Amino acid sequence: MLINIKPKILVVIVLASSLLSACNDEKPAEQAAKVDKNPFPSTYQRIDYAPVVIKNVTILDGIGNRIENGSVLLVDGKISSFGTSVKAPNDAIEIDGTDKWLTPGIIDNHSHLGVYASPGTRSHSDGNEATNPVTAEVWAEHSIWPQDPGFQRALAGGVTSMQILPGSANLFGGRSVTVKNLPNRTMQDMKFPEAPYGIKMACGENPKRVYGDKGGPMTRMANVAGYRKAWIEAQEYQKKWNDYDTAVEEGKGGEQPGRDLRLETLAGVLDGEILVHMHCYRADEMAIMMDVMKEFNYKIGTFHHAVEAYKIADKLAENDVCSAMWADWWGFKMEAYDGIRENIPMVHTAGACAIVHSDSDLGIQRLNQEAAKAWSDGRKAGLEISKEEAWQWLSANPAKSLGIFDYTGSIEEGKNADVVLWSADPFSSYSQAEKVFIDGAMVFDRSNPDSWPVSDFELGQIAQGDAK
Amino acid sequence: MNIATRATKMCTSVNKISTVICLLATLSISAYAEKLAITGAQIHTMSNKGIIEQGTLLIEDGKIKDVLTGVSVPNGYSEIDADGKVLTPGFIGALTNLGLVEVSMSANASDTNVDSSEISSVGAAYDTQYAINTDSTLLEITRLEGFTSAATGLSDTGQLFDGLGAVITLSKEFDSLIKGQAFMHVDLSSGGADRSGSRAALWVSLNQSLTEASIAQNTDLSPTKQWYGLISRADAAALRNVINGKIPLLVTANRANDILQVLSLTKRFPSLNLVLVKASDGWRVAKQIAAANVPVILDPEYNLPGQFDRLGATMENAARLHAANVKISIGIETHNARLAPQHAGNAVANGLPHSAALAALTINPATIYGLQDTLGSLEVGKQADVVIWSGDPLEVTQSAEQVFIAGKSMVMESRQTKLRDRYLNRDDKLPAAYSK
Repeated sequence: MLINIKPKILVVIVLASSLLSACNDEKPAEQAAKVDKNPFPSTYQRIDYAPVVIKNVTILDGIGNRIENGSVLLVDGKISSFGTSVKAPNDAIEIDGTDKWLTPGIIDNHSHLGVYASPGTRSHSDGNEATNPVTAEVWAEHSIWPQDPGFQRALAGGVTSMQILPGSANLFGGRSVTVKNLPNRTMQDMKFPEAPYGIKMACGENPKRVYGDKGGPMTRMANVAGYRKAWIEAQEYQKKWNDYDTAVEEGKGGEQPGRDLRLETLAGVLDGEILVHMHCYRADEMAIMMDVMKEFNYKIGTFHHAVEAYKIADKLAENDVCSAMWADWWGFKMEAYDGIRENIPMVHTAGACAIVHSDSDLGIQRLNQEAAKAWSDGRKAGLEISKEEAWQWLSANPAKSLGIFDYTGSIEEGKNADVVLWSADPFSSYSQAEKVFIDGAMVFDRSNPDSWPVSDFELGQIAQGDAK
Repeated sequence: MNIATRATKMCTSVNKISTVICLLATLSISAYAEKLAITGAQIHTMSNKGIIEQGTLLIEDGKIKDVLTGVSVPNGYSEIDADGKVLTPGFIGALTNLGLVEVSMSANASDTNVDSSEISSVGAAYDTQYAINTDSTLLEITRLEGFTSAATGLSDTGQLFDGLGAVITLSKEFDSLIKGQAFMHVDLSSGGADRSGSRAALWVSLNQSLTEASIAQNTDLSPTKQWYGLISRADAAALRNVINGKIPLLVTANRANDILQVLSLTKRFPSLNLVLVKASDGWRVAKQIAAANVPVILDPEYNLPGQFDRLGATMENAARLHAANVKISIGIETHNARLAPQHAGNAVANGLPHSAALAALTINPATIYGLQDTLGSLEVGKQADVVIWSGDPLEVTQSAEQVFIAGKSMVMESRQTKLRDRYLNRDDKLPAAYSK
């Protein structure tokens, strides 16, 4: 029912507003209001911080290189220089990194922090708009509660940025958003300024389970029909707006088409402005989705969970689609039954883009260990991958998947100073993020309890400020 | 000299790097050898012998014959060279659903949940021992991670109690039951309270159930006799062995108030054999838990205020409880048993001594289930559930290289390794189904 009602309401509103504007004055067509593509702009501000130099440290630059006994200089929020030695200004804070490791900050491209916040009360269940299988019109950022204590826990695990997605109940779950892990009063304060939007899509069991007795889809074939139907509508919508824009450019004017938030997001995908993040477990379904992608000429950036990616790693490489995976989760549902421990290294070895993701408020706190398990399981199966290469799974590849690799995700001069100093080799159960920097500011220091951020929710509760 | 011994001797002469390969090659032969000597490993005995830096473990007829310092192979023993390796007792899944579940959701492949049944009014009577499926692929997947046995029970009955759990071996033999009716579980956390809306109702239900079970200790529960209790006859029969302490009562509780109330149960029911589960706030009342001599099975990684009764959750819970002399166990996992040693390692990073973390995976769960005389440590006379590790078992990059259950070497393969090997070695000229 809702599918039919919603667009009608929208049309009425659009008509009413166009009538109003027509009454006020006759605007020349070329001055017609452009659609604001950024109506909730980022208000993120980096913390001012003195220059920092970290010395004598083992550096993994996150793009395949290791520097022993290296140094990194962070100035004005950027990685100013790094190498076997750097020239630091006199006022730089000096940190000795002897026996410690330095890496780019971890980027989790699959989180539901803030949209499924702790405590996990029903009131905090804001991640799945499970009222319609196509809800491309909803935006996860409008559900994010910045006081979720999960953000601070993730920070202590070395996570500096993350993508927050809607859940996977729907074929199209809505827009995702990328944030810096520096929670503040508002979502906008966290929003990664340069990050493009993403859209969450879902294959397989979840839409079937949620809608099977609510009018469908109740089968995988109806899932695919649902994506295709939506893309056809999006193509029509895209054409209507393109035609209008062209007419305006040519000075011909014409009536501005009505806006439809759902189709606007889908058209944004077809225009290449919004990146596709698709929850998909099974190999055969991923292959079908790559054909749908070609049919409608859009790009799937990343398959999420991709438990069977190892079965079609060659096809994923050919199509340049990333896989965001767990190290070892499996078996919790039928489509996760063929999960294996070597999925990540097998995808990597096939030349495809592999990402370690969490999808968990606990897992996000030790993604380095997830990578370590995958790295180690790969080696035992004869897949030799160096640690410096493997770190791509945690920073560079997720940054690429989110469209922010120009800004973060590796230790390179001029990039955002998002780095983590680990107490030891981070491929270990025992090492911990000791100091975490976001845009050059030390935002977590394990050795200094006064520096630990505390969310409003935990303030005044038992164990406020305790070691977590 | 039998075949196995000869194969081992050949292996011992080559360098260390190939030890593992030799080890595996040899073990397929030595599976049938009755007398094994595992030599050279660092042995974590989990007994008063502590850690033997380089020792020899002798196995005979499925039992541990001796634990020696240094390398020595008595006559008639086949040697397994484990130089540079680590030897521990087989890990014990502290609280799992193993054998009850293949696929958790929407697959009709799970016996973990009970829809209410008229045989029981409070859920105590349900008995897991009849639901164990020894063909479950989870058993060898779990075994590959160095586990040899597990406590297994129901997740949810929708009623007050979650029925009787069992302890099973992961040998995959038809008779895998080590102990039926090994524990009873009740959830008194927010999760349990939500069922009746308030602890005010939950605790009255609990008190009433236990009181009736006390009375039932000296009552004939046969159908020809009268029983006016609110708990069913089957519940009463199950609970009376909880009341008398023969069956441990596992209680999930997180809030400090809840934990203290659980401890005070023994004032009314003095023989109760209590075990706390999760106990997020445990560190706040650690002294009281220790004084009551109540062990805790916990999820040490849980550090979020996931519910309002877990506001005190911290990764230091394990370390703080241990420091107060509480015996802790780690391992509330089912599909991913490997998370238990990982989380134990993380607990070490957060202050728990390494030896206590290993005890939490071995001797402590064995003791909870009354199996400390047969399982959980490497001591003379105990069942030879033994694991040879590539290194520190709590380190995520190390792994179990060979698992023995009752002295038998287990095949270190699973459905997962077969999937891996099929797709690692796929012949792209043939459909995948033709790659074995």
